[in-house]
Amino acid sequence: MRPDHRAAGLSDAEYGEIVRALGREPEHAELMILGVMWSEHCSYKSTRRLLSTLPTNGEAVVQGPGENAGIVDIGEGWGIAFKVESHNHPSAVAPYQGAATGVGGIIRDVLAMGARPVALLDGLCLGEKSCPEADALADGIVKGIAGYGNAVGVPTIGGKTLYDRCYNGNPLVNAMCLGLVPIDGIVSSRTARPGQLAVLIGSRTGRDGIAGAAFASSGLADDTRSSRPQVQIGDPFVEKLLVECCLEIHSKGLIVAMQDMGAAGITSSSSEIAAKSGTGIRIDADLVPLREEMETWEIALSESQERMLLIAEEGALEEIGSIADRWQLDWAVIGKVTDDGLFVMTKGGREVVSLPAEMVGGGCPPVQWPSCKPSAEAEGQERPSDPLDPGGTERCLFTILENPNLAERSRIYRQYDYMVQTNTVVPPGNSVSIFRVRENRSLVAVTMEVDPWKCSLDPFAGAAETFLKALRPLWVSGANHLGMTNCLNFPSPEDPGNHWILERSVSGLAAVARDLACPVVSGNVSLYNENPSGKILPSPLVAVVGLQDCNNPPLRDRESIEAGSVFLVGDIKGTLGGSAFSRIITPGAEHKPGCYDPSKEKDFMKRALKTVRKEAASAGRAIAGGGLMTSLAKMCITADIGIGLDSTVLDTTPECLFGEWGPRAVYLVPERSTELFLSCWEGFPVRRIGEITPGGLTLEGHEMLPEETRAGKAGRKL
Amino acid sequence: METMRTSVIVFPGSNCDRDVMHAISASTGTMTDLVWHEHRTLPRDTGLVILPGGFSYGDYLRCGAMAAKSPIIDAVIKHASSGLPVLGICNGFQVLTEIGLLPGALLANTSLDFICDFCHVRVEREDTPFTGHYRKGEVLRIPIAHYEGRFYLPEEQLRTLEEEGLVVFRYCSPEGVTGEDFTPNGSPNGIAGIINRKGNVLGMMPHPERATESLLGSLDGAPLWGSVNSWIRGRLGE
Repeated sequence: MRPDHRAAGLSDAEYGEIVRALGREPEHAELMILGVMWSEHCSYKSTRRLLSTLPTNGEAVVQGPGENAGIVDIGEGWGIAFKVESHNHPSAVAPYQGAATGVGGIIRDVLAMGARPVALLDGLCLGEKSCPEADALADGIVKGIAGYGNAVGVPTIGGKTLYDRCYNGNPLVNAMCLGLVPIDGIVSSRTARPGQLAVLIGSRTGRDGIAGAAFASSGLADDTRSSRPQVQIGDPFVEKLLVECCLEIHSKGLIVAMQDMGAAGITSSSSEIAAKSGTGIRIDADLVPLREEMETWEIALSESQERMLLIAEEGALEEIGSIADRWQLDWAVIGKVTDDGLFVMTKGGREVVSLPAEMVGGGCPPVQWPSCKPSAEAEGQERPSDPLDPGGTERCLFTILENPNLAERSRIYRQYDYMVQTNTVVPPGNSVSIFRVRENRSLVAVTMEVDPWKCSLDPFAGAAETFLKALRPLWVSGANHLGMTNCLNFPSPEDPGNHWILERSVSGLAAVARDLACPVVSGNVSLYNENPSGKILPSPLVAVVGLQDCNNPPLRDRESIEAGSVFLVGDIKGTLGGSAFSRIITPGAEHKPGCYDPSKEKDFMKRALKTVRKEAASAGRAIAGGGLMTSLAKMCITADIGIGLDSTVLDTTPECLFGEWGPRAVYLVPERSTELFLSCWEGFPVRRIGEITPGGLTLEGHEMLPEETRAGKAGRKL
Repeated sequence: METMRTSVIVFPGSNCDRDVMHAISASTGTMTDLVWHEHRTLPRDTGLVILPGGFSYGDYLRCGAMAAKSPIIDAVIKHASSGLPVLGICNGFQVLTEIGLLPGALLANTSLDFICDFCHVRVEREDTPFTGHYRKGEVLRIPIAHYEGRFYLPEEQLRTLEEEGLVVFRYCSPEGVTGEDFTPNGSPNGIAGIINRKGNVLGMMPHPERATESLLGSLDGAPLWGSVNSWIRGRLGE
């Protein structure tokens, strides 16, 4: 029986387009394949046009979007390949495996560029701690990341975790991998030539994760148990062997082109290589090593993990085989590159699928969903907040530090091996994660940010602020940004309000990328993050990679110094819209969002970098979640120092003490460097707001961090 | 001048093999060979053999159990019986107990969490090939990263182990105080590393290769490489 095209996930218009382009009705297997390949997850049909507005060129960009990962130049012939990818839907259904295979998938994306995976980060948006189901999901997700990342031997050096009710049934798991690659050894997926062979290396193909990409392109059902077969199962041991095996084959110069088998498995990897190389490809389903008996379309779409597709010359086969055998991996020639532009699959000598390769991967017509600004924002004037008295400030600070969103994260990252490969210079738990590259003696800095609360208040300014929150700590530590990757996590784009928010968010990211010259080199989109009980807040996640100035050690966000001044740079007041203060202390209050001022950000960047270059400070921290007081408290707690604040300089409004948004930072400056520091910041708002003291954090003589506040917050100090 | 030459055994799933090689080269400048587990012999002139950390065979079946059956293991046993030093780090320690070169087993941490962190260990013996450059009682700041690191031995044998002074490293506070509070994984008596009676096979859960560069936060592991190097040079000089 001919399956209905709608059941395969295709709209009437899409089906019409297929019939028109083929000049015939598609066969069953073809329909199943197109249903998956034209899904949102594989085709980016709702966002392709939007994504094209993101700036992608820059001095440091070696490879922009369009390959398995982007690459930036870090000097002396070396590049860093990086990308972030979502595994949200699988993690909602099977948290351990969903998160684990998310890590596995992004490692293979980076491997496909010919890069050795050297670092992982994870962006986790989790449900409330008070919701037992959400907490169980969160625990499974963390265990899954640990279970996979630790065994595969790639350190998890940082990330971002936050909690909100909107993620209770819709957790977000965005995994990022960075890989090191010699620029003259980058592998492409566009270099296949007719006559070359398609070699599959890795796990046998089974019935797991079939049509997982299509599953990720719709909302979650009430009963997610029925979706379990669509979740893949990971094996980090095989992944480790696969990484070493592919890198060894590559080191011998035997790889012409390479693709990981992620979403839509054999179909997407082989048709993409063919389409990008301008060739065709012919896959023989009978040659694919299987775990169980399967239909041709199942073989085509299986998302069995830990598989790579290599394109190689026939003469290289013997050596490839012997390397794979030594790593005890299954391998097989499963097809051949052809010159007819077709993606063909045969079974028993019969052509079961014969579609233009171009059509499979890139043929899906873009969809333009309607956009409409949701309800008008309240136009009334925001009432200025009353100043806080010292007791009130202490209570607010205590409550904010108690909140899971601001609390210390060692409970999570201690479960990740963040030191393997012995290059981790600044580990998780700091504003910036930094690793060393032995090959060119450089330090690479990475940050990751997501701020759904600010994005829901004003998607343009909120997305811009998210991006800037990732950039500012890099500058403060002394790193020049090279490029960014992002994951656009949103609910259904079919709702005009949601779509408008998505568009505005992308504009916000594009504005910062353009104004601050931080190009987008890779990214991923995850839509339909919703279930019957609710949808997620707009959650664009941004990760930025920077290169530390090699003449200066990175400036840390804490330092145990005995004497010196505390300086605030930037405006005395921040903004409360979407801030921790607003959410936690005054929920329901209508605070306005901040606004994006590119020239101020640029000015801040130059001065922050100069501060490190001139070695004018002992520690520095960009002010982010929880505002000035939270930043100061974290410095005091983690470095075990005291700070006495000067109440004649500071004002005690919540905007000053707890406001967020915009370029603001605190610096610890030794007495002898005061003049130098001030010269770095001359012409920018800068104030001496206090001094280092033997202990405590005091305002008007009032202790803000009594022992009980410190006790729970210090984490483990070994 | 004769110097130490190290063989680091690479099992499928080993992931600290290169880290060990870098650490030894950075702190002693001596040569290291990575030796594939399917080999049956060690390179000539091998002084030190290291079974590195990682997840050999994915930790399937039982940590270290499959690696203990690898073709190279006979050569490792022969090396140990000749009195030359063998060091097992983390997963390597687990392999040594599976081979039977060291007693006991490593069980899941009491927290049932993988733990990656810097911790402190106290040096209990300075008279081994591995600890000659330390002082007895010295406290080292050194990372651990494991899920199965709680040493186990039946009570009576544990007592004998202690009586014979075979514990080389013990978890402790930064000041050197031992006790449950300072033992991250629940190991009895804070045991972090043990040696065989003959004094040439050491197994330890902490990673000295992760504490060999000040850039990475600690140099406290470096004297261990220096100790073995001196010991081997002394022996070669004999």
